[in-house]
Amino acid sequence: MAEVTQLIHHYLRHNKKFPHVLCPGCGHGIVLGSLVRSIHQLGLTKDEVVLVAGIGCSGRIAVYTDFNTVHTTHGRALTFATGIKMANPGLKVIVIMGDGDALSIGGNHFIHAARRNIGVTALILNNNIYGMTGGQSSSTTPQDSVSMTTPFGQMEKSFDIVELAKAAGAHYVARSTVLHVKLLDRIIVTALERPGFNLVEALTPCHTQFGRKNKFKTVVDMYKWYKKNALPLDALAKLPEAQRNARVPIGIFVQEEAHSLEDRYVMLRSRLQEGAS
Amino acid sequence: MTKKKELTEVFIYPDWCKGCGICVAFCPSQVLELGPDGKARVIKGKECVNCGFCEYHCPDFAIVVKTKPLLKNYANHAQQGQKAQPQK
Repeated sequence: MAEVTQLIHHYLRHNKKFPHVLCPGCGHGIVLGSLVRSIHQLGLTKDEVVLVAGIGCSGRIAVYTDFNTVHTTHGRALTFATGIKMANPGLKVIVIMGDGDALSIGGNHFIHAARRNIGVTALILNNNIYGMTGGQSSSTTPQDSVSMTTPFGQMEKSFDIVELAKAAGAHYVARSTVLHVKLLDRIIVTALERPGFNLVEALTPCHTQFGRKNKFKTVVDMYKWYKKNALPLDALAKLPEAQRNARVPIGIFVQEEAHSLEDRYVMLRSRLQEGAS
Repeated sequence: MTKKKELTEVFIYPDWCKGCGICVAFCPSQVLELGPDGKARVIKGKECVNCGFCEYHCPDFAIVVKTKPLLKNYANHAQQGQKAQPQK
């Protein structure tokens, strides 16, 4: 297995300071490894891939990898990616966002990118909190959990990214946790192969800002929580209904074929050119 | 299940290890432990069953599990791995 996992060193920028800045046990590093393995498996060269990242801990991933990378403003990663994809449809555009980045400040861009079916792969690293800025509650912080800005428990209901993307019309929606890394590899590879807007949600633990305040003594406890509660869709269907609510479904939720925005743009252009001649 | 013991060797790069303990907690054969410096170290390398969990789940890329034939001629194998990559 060494030859697979050590591939990462072909794709890292070794002039950056290593080990990376992420906290011990942070799942973002696992997602970085998974992303690199997926890109390598597809045989894409470094010049064919564009990583667009927003602001947050997840934004650091783009800094460490040696693809074409853009580190954009908070919440606007999808808009930059839309521009890149429309200008050069031959590129593989991957957008790395955190949950606060994608759903709070960039929520509008997110639903409209899904509606338009623009050909980018959105990789949302959901750690349930604003980790980098000091642990403020985000729109995915579970109800009743404690954060820096909600010391007596979060009053609001949280977003379910998968349900939101389904409702907004995304044609590929999948979720995995960083513990289920083989599944994560598989869904990232499928997402990169497909045209149109593909959403991959990776659940990653944030022990420093979220776990410590919510009765997880160590980061390992958060991984054990994933092991206990994350269930593939078919296994979840076998459970009695009363037990389903506490579980986190993982797997591929939606997989449909549809023309992407840049394909429809080419079709429209050729149709108009035929009409003119 | 028959264990294929001693076919692998677990390496840890202490400079990159942050001591999160994921590998120690989830290793099925308890090969690793956290040392006094707070970093993972190999205690029972012979027990490794080459499941690859620690390698895939190390957020800091600090663990490598090398198989023995690979150890003998690691450079050669790395080259072959690159050739096997699909051509565009």
